[in-house]
Amino acid sequence: MNFITRIVILAFGALTRNIMRSALTTLGIVIGIAAVIGVVEMGQGSSAAVQKTIASMGADNLLVQPGTASSGGVSFGSGSVITLTPQDCDAILRECPAVASAAPVVRARTQIVYGNKNWVPMYIYGTTPSFLVVRDWQELEEGDMFSDRDVRNGSKVCVIGQTLVKELFPVESPINKEIRVGNVSFKIVGVLSRKGANMMGLDQDDIVLAPWTTIKYRVSGGTLASVNQSTSGGGDVTQQINSLSQPYPGQSNAAQYPVQSAMQMADTPQPVRFTNVDQILTRASSTEEIPNAIRQMTELLHERHRIKSGQPDDFDIRDMTEMTKALSSTSVLMLRLLVVVAAISLVVGGMGIMNIMLVSVTERTREIGLRMAVGARAADILRQFLVEAVLLCLIGGAVGILLGRGGSWLVSTILHWPTQMSIPAIVAAVLVSATVGLVFGYYPAWKASRLDPIEALRYE
Amino acid sequence: MSLIKLVDLYKTYHMGEMDVPVLKGVSLEIGRGELVALMGSSGSGKSTLMNILGCLDRPTAGEYWLDGEEVSNLTNDERAVIRNKKIGFVFQNFNLLARTSSLDNVIMPLTYTASNMTRAEAKARGKKWLERVGLGHRLDNHPSQLSGGQQQRVAIARSLVNNPPLLFADEPTGNLDSRTAKEMLQLFQELNAEEGITIILVTHDAGVASYAKRTIKIHDGLIVEGAFQDTDAAVAESNGQVQPVQVYGVL
Repeated sequence: MNFITRIVILAFGALTRNIMRSALTTLGIVIGIAAVIGVVEMGQGSSAAVQKTIASMGADNLLVQPGTASSGGVSFGSGSVITLTPQDCDAILRECPAVASAAPVVRARTQIVYGNKNWVPMYIYGTTPSFLVVRDWQELEEGDMFSDRDVRNGSKVCVIGQTLVKELFPVESPINKEIRVGNVSFKIVGVLSRKGANMMGLDQDDIVLAPWTTIKYRVSGGTLASVNQSTSGGGDVTQQINSLSQPYPGQSNAAQYPVQSAMQMADTPQPVRFTNVDQILTRASSTEEIPNAIRQMTELLHERHRIKSGQPDDFDIRDMTEMTKALSSTSVLMLRLLVVVAAISLVVGGMGIMNIMLVSVTERTREIGLRMAVGARAADILRQFLVEAVLLCLIGGAVGILLGRGGSWLVSTILHWPTQMSIPAIVAAVLVSATVGLVFGYYPAWKASRLDPIEALRYE
Repeated sequence: MSLIKLVDLYKTYHMGEMDVPVLKGVSLEIGRGELVALMGSSGSGKSTLMNILGCLDRPTAGEYWLDGEEVSNLTNDERAVIRNKKIGFVFQNFNLLARTSSLDNVIMPLTYTASNMTRAEAKARGKKWLERVGLGHRLDNHPSQLSGGQQQRVAIARSLVNNPPLLFADEPTGNLDSRTAKEMLQLFQELNAEEGITIILVTHDAGVASYAKRTIKIHDGLIVEGAFQDTDAAVAESNGQVQPVQVYGVL
């Protein structure tokens, strides 16, 4: 007969011989484990909910910005070179598995006019619909987000934040109204839900979102062109081809400036201006994946921008270290709290086991004497009682896990508290209950094994 | 060769400062297949001698040869193995495990045998012995569902399940009525005759002792009668003349 099964059968037989007492003995472990499992599941549920909330504040967001331009030792600060393209954004999304979503951002700052009201919003962002996914902002108050098709077409549509609603549309619904951004007219297709201030206290609702193509070519295109000395108005090849840069159809730049001859153009070559974006906002698939996402994006951009190792990067990636720290610190705190609770309840349960095992050893003195008389060695007796204690604790642990799972299920279905099953907690519960059995069962078992068979047989 | 041979055995208990000698130089020999009664009044050293013979205790001095092996200096664990393999015990109060079937009670000693016997084999062995003691129809009964005599039969089956050459019965009839006691003693005689098991009946009752072929009497730590087989021929004969039934009148 298999040695271990024989011992387990023996211990099981001894335990079932007094089922009521075994059940009461293990009650301490049952309650302890059930409490731990229940609390861990509820704690994990609420911790996950809190983490989700913090994540919606942008903790998982990673910001890719163009690098620094410098000239003659004078640095122009972050974002002063033009290196990021919308294609970079697509590539990041396609080739970095740790990045869940990405959106290019083109910024503008100009006046917005509706009727007799006007306002200069903090943010005018040209982007794609996935911006809302990145910022965890999918719920719109009214209307819909503009579509990818709007982005391709450079449609003059926009989505506005709550602050703009307050400033420009105090009474009427803004949906389908036309506002003027700079000198381009946009139709409002949606209103964002309220997000409030960010961690720096800046109002995040003071925002206009529009397709980046529209912002790039219709709103900021002209202004950027004038700011950027490398391009000048009608001389720009891309702008000539791209009629989008003309805010008012029919207007011709040629009327204002004399047309350059081919000779002139060849003499004064203009750098070809590729389509750039001001930043790429990405979101890591989870908080743990942030370092991976940064690594993957860095590698990808090195490759795409042909930056050899040793050369300075032409981009920067920022993460929200502060928020990430806050995130992990809450979960660490929660975990420590649970460990303390678990330890206390299991020590109490273990004491119960030890007590009853001691009583059991005394009560079964004659049995121990008999077993020794028929040839049980001290080690056999020790093992028998130890296995009994561990088995008792394991059964208690199993019942406790079921009870804890049941309890958390009840809480989630009746009270609608968020709960989350925790496999590590279950594994730990099993290990801990076995350990409790070993530790607290050892003394009684040792006492039993030290009995003198003659005395034990005579014990009344 | 004899199964048991004691040579000048001493046992002294230490009670604080005092040394209490219990066995004061016991020598005896018991051959294979004998049915011996060990008699003595309480305080005579009878129980101590039985504990040493049963390998439950160690002598202070002297030699104990059991089955050709000197066992007086073995460790606790070694003696446990000897008890398991060579010695069966039957107690006055049966000492059965409560709420455990007769069969499980009988095969309990097999748990500690190193042999890798399957549970089915163990059960078959237990069943065989229960049938041998006449309890083949009570395999699944718990001790509380059995009469005293039946419980003692279960205990006998348990003591024999490892096929030991030696069986100790410590006041085996002390808790039984006279009719059952007689049956029990006849069962011992039967086992002794048919299975060739050496049986030592430990008792203070001359009636019980009369079932044995030889009686060893101990008094005040010394054997006063029947220490060796040669001398017991006369005793056996005289026992043979006394009818056991008559002796039971004394009980």
